[in-house]
Amino acid sequence: MRKTFAIAVAAALLGITPSGFAADKPAELKIGITTFSSGPASVFGVPGKAAAELLIDEWNKTGGIGGVPVRLFFVDEGAGTQALLAEYRRLVQEEKVAVMFASISSGNCQAVAPLAEDLKVLNYMWDCGTQRILEEGKFRYVYRPQSYGTPEMLSTVLYMLRKKPDLKTIAVVNQDYAWGRDSWQLFSTALKALKPDVKVVAELFPKLGAADFSTEISRLQALRPDVVLSTSWGGDLDTLVRQANQRGLMNQSLFVLPLAESSLERLGSDMPEGVIVGARGNNYFLNPEYKDKPEFKAFVDAFQKKTGAYPIYPVFHMAQSLSALRNAYEKAIKANGGQWPSHEQVADATKGVTAEAYSRPIMIREDGQGLADQLLGVSKRDPKYKFAIMDDMAVYPADKISTPVGKISIEWLKTIEPSMLNLQVSTFKHAM
Amino acid sequence: MTSDLLLIAALDGIAYAALVFLVAVGLTLIFGVLRVLNIAHGSFYALGAYVAASLGIGIAASKISPWLSYPALAVAAAIVGIVVGSAIERLLLQRIYDKEEVLQLLVTFAAFMILDNAQRLIWGVQPYFVATPLQLLGNVQIGGITYTVYQIIVLPAVALLVLAGMRLFLRRTVSGRVILAVAEDREAARAIGINVPRVYLWTFVIGSILASLGGSLASPTTSILPGMGTDMLVLSFAVAASAGLGRIEGAAITALLIGLGRSAAVYWAPELDVLVPYLIMTLVLLVKPQGLFGTLQARRI
Repeated sequence: MRKTFAIAVAAALLGITPSGFAADKPAELKIGITTFSSGPASVFGVPGKAAAELLIDEWNKTGGIGGVPVRLFFVDEGAGTQALLAEYRRLVQEEKVAVMFASISSGNCQAVAPLAEDLKVLNYMWDCGTQRILEEGKFRYVYRPQSYGTPEMLSTVLYMLRKKPDLKTIAVVNQDYAWGRDSWQLFSTALKALKPDVKVVAELFPKLGAADFSTEISRLQALRPDVVLSTSWGGDLDTLVRQANQRGLMNQSLFVLPLAESSLERLGSDMPEGVIVGARGNNYFLNPEYKDKPEFKAFVDAFQKKTGAYPIYPVFHMAQSLSALRNAYEKAIKANGGQWPSHEQVADATKGVTAEAYSRPIMIREDGQGLADQLLGVSKRDPKYKFAIMDDMAVYPADKISTPVGKISIEWLKTIEPSMLNLQVSTFKHAM
Repeated sequence: MTSDLLLIAALDGIAYAALVFLVAVGLTLIFGVLRVLNIAHGSFYALGAYVAASLGIGIAASKISPWLSYPALAVAAAIVGIVVGSAIERLLLQRIYDKEEVLQLLVTFAAFMILDNAQRLIWGVQPYFVATPLQLLGNVQIGGITYTVYQIIVLPAVALLVLAGMRLFLRRTVSGRVILAVAEDREAARAIGINVPRVYLWTFVIGSILASLGGSLASPTTSILPGMGTDMLVLSFAVAASAGLGRIEGAAITALLIGLGRSAAVYWAPELDVLVPYLIMTLVLLVKPQGLFGTLQARRI
């Protein structure tokens, strides 16, 4: 008792409060965001950036985060990983940003995560999907408040088998880089565990940014697989869908496209009905559980007004990371007796925080991974829109289809049982 | 079954080779005459595609005959080649013909970067897709496989026309022969009264039109997006180098070789798909360092 009193007196004399390490409230909270402003992945980067600007403008009108206005700094991932790392360092060391959101590219996330740990800067991986970083390493400063590869691929397998239980043959056309390869490994491992008799008839990996899939399409027409899977995105996916549709391949095989939500509007009438579409989480501008909520509508309208397009999943991912950050700050401020928290306190507070942003809530686990429920659907026409929307939607609960903490995804996926096919999911019809 | 597959693979390879040829032949022509390796060549491919797409969107919006999208492809190539091509030759290249090769490379590379960003400024980053010309002609069935008429007939036909036209132009017309004369010996050509700067300008514009034509013809088949010029540039370098820089028929044959090699790879060794053009280039250059059709250069001094 006397000892505590002595410490309190000493602390008071030194001018610090008993709760310890309160930093002065800064004039502004600086967030550095890495995003693609150039290159093919700018189809994600530019909308993601627009989302950050839109939300932060809004928040700054009502006091920013914890009463501190937020200022954003953007870095182009398109300039390559080395340039990104240099710019990342500069933002942290010279601009003294409090938080980094990096990155879209999984390769960049892999490079940035150890650097964040070295620099002791809180890093939210705001869009990348690789399962590896948080499974293979232990981080204090690195979190992902959004979806990732394992539940995305597992839910796609489950949904595909729900729609086509008698599936016999499958072919894959993925981009030849980390995500294309890793996602296929996750998908095929899960498929093998859930339905071992499916035969893989072709594994095609055209190069990232390929402009032409004619040869791949001819080969698939000759092979006639039941299902064609492609985890491609952006211009590659658009080209694949258009070329395949033009040549009738999409009538012949069921297409399964886990990232196609981000291409629906661009593809317009070129996306046929009956294609399985995923959204990298619970992200959809007509999300059946949220579309009628006023704040959801307001966000979709505001985004459309700003950019001329409907929000796609990277927009939701950005909103989720920003929401997680605000909640982490509020939690840390509260725990700090109302004082502005240190970087460490915010980092530690992120554990267990929930991101609530225009989707089902995403809880951040102790290993830093957010648990995002997965929405999938089948493309369908609605005269109200100039492009295909989703019907027959199913939402898969993330806690049932994510790799448990401490396990490696590929190993865990080998152990899942076909009984998982009976997993309870919520289903929704598109309201015409 | 195997012979069927061979046919299918060959058809895909030919369609692909046609586009690569158009771009590579422009590159090789410019190098043959101007002796400048033009990195900005890739930008003409991309610009041709973007302008063709914009014209296509305009035609679709104005409700006039969709068949106009065909001449629009040629118009797009001509606009880009003449306007941007002559601007680059007059404003940039003319100042650096007698400079070191490294400097020439850097200047055309800078032009490439500037044009690349200009595309982003004008057209943004979201992919465009205007497939009217391709959809108008519909599909054709060959060996149980559905092909588009556009890719299987129109593209190779245009490539053949260009090849024949180039041969005729260079061998049988005065302007063509003047170009060949300049390519053969700049100094001697000047001495007999040929206006070399004008030949340079014309050659560069023709080369640029060919690259833009490659882009505008590719536009109905693919997504048009930032960075699309880079891949085509690298590929056409591989073609031009394997053929021997400055060889037009050589470019046609190498483009075909690379196209067929690539589609064969998709069937029998998908892992090699990306590597094939460079494997072919490496093999050719190992055996014939001047390229398949290259000749040893006589020392000028």
